[in-house]
Amino acid sequence: MIVRLMGEGQLEVAEGDLAALNKLDGELEAAIESGDEEKFRTALHALLEQVRAVGKTLPAEDLAPSGLILPPADATMDEVRAMLGDAGLIPD
Amino acid sequence: MSVMKRMSMIFKSKANKALDKMEDPRETLDYSYQRQLEMLQKVRRGVADVATSRKRLELQINQLEQQQNKLTDQGKKALQVGREDLAREALTRRGGLDGQLGDLRAQYQQLQGEEEKLTLASQRLQAKVDSFRTRKETIKATYTAAEAQTKINEAFSGISEEMGDVGLAIQRAEEKTENMKARAGAIDELLASGALEDYSGPRDDIQAELDRVGATGPGVDLELEQMKAELGMGSAPKELDAAPGQQQSQAQQAQQAPRPQQPGEGQ
Repeated sequence: MIVRLMGEGQLEVAEGDLAALNKLDGELEAAIESGDEEKFRTALHALLEQVRAVGKTLPAEDLAPSGLILPPADATMDEVRAMLGDAGLIPD
Repeated sequence: MSVMKRMSMIFKSKANKALDKMEDPRETLDYSYQRQLEMLQKVRRGVADVATSRKRLELQINQLEQQQNKLTDQGKKALQVGREDLAREALTRRGGLDGQLGDLRAQYQQLQGEEEKLTLASQRLQAKVDSFRTRKETIKATYTAAEAQTKINEAFSGISEEMGDVGLAIQRAEEKTENMKARAGAIDELLASGALEDYSGPRDDIQAELDRVGATGPGVDLELEQMKAELGMGSAPKELDAAPGQQQSQAQQAQQAPRPQQPGEGQ
């Protein structure tokens, strides 16, 4: 699965590593719903770190679309909400 | 739904909307390539803008640092001539600059970070655009409608995602740069108008006071000492006594002087 870290680039993540990412993703989602900027930052950084740790960086000239995309490390919670649409994360 | 999946879907739907507008896949490739070149230009302008703002901030930081050093020197000089009040004033003003400088340095770091990120994004986009050009020419050369459509969709989706990512990075950097430019401009105006100089004081009242103290304070004392020495230290009180005596005799002489003239005038 190709994961894009916005502002950084794309990484290839093995299927076996996705479960851990999904868990952290869930924590990020909960942090956004709670509206706690501190929790959000911790969760976002934890998720980004995990992707960087298990992922293999793809060459810049690769044109493959990503299966998963993550906001930049310095994005604020409001920015991420805006990226996801005004409604936030509620609808599936 | 998860944050990662949802963001990916938003990017994909944007790419699909753009693709749907095109009829001939080959046109899509050329149009998309043109868009990428435009985007690359925009990224380069973004990098240049951020670099310009960073340099302006650097200049202002240097100027404020000079003023800060000047205030420190003034504080030392004030202490040397025994003016603790002036030294305190100089250090207080320097404290005001400290805050401003700290703020500017933090902004400088931020801009430097943005510049690095944009430079990386620019290199990344350049590599993608080069690779897209090659791929689009291959697809066009071996064009068969069904096969090409799939390849185009894939390539277009990937590059459109990259462009979306880089585009957002530029947008964010532009916002930050505008903010920095406004602050830098405000400080420029202050420096130009002399308001900041008055406040921080390269040639302000502290300097004026120090100059005054330097010129008339110890200078006058020294001159007085020299005068006393010339007149003889021990005889100083006598001089004071003698002076009125001399003045009296001179006054008497002055009073006497007109007398011989009076008869002449009377005649």
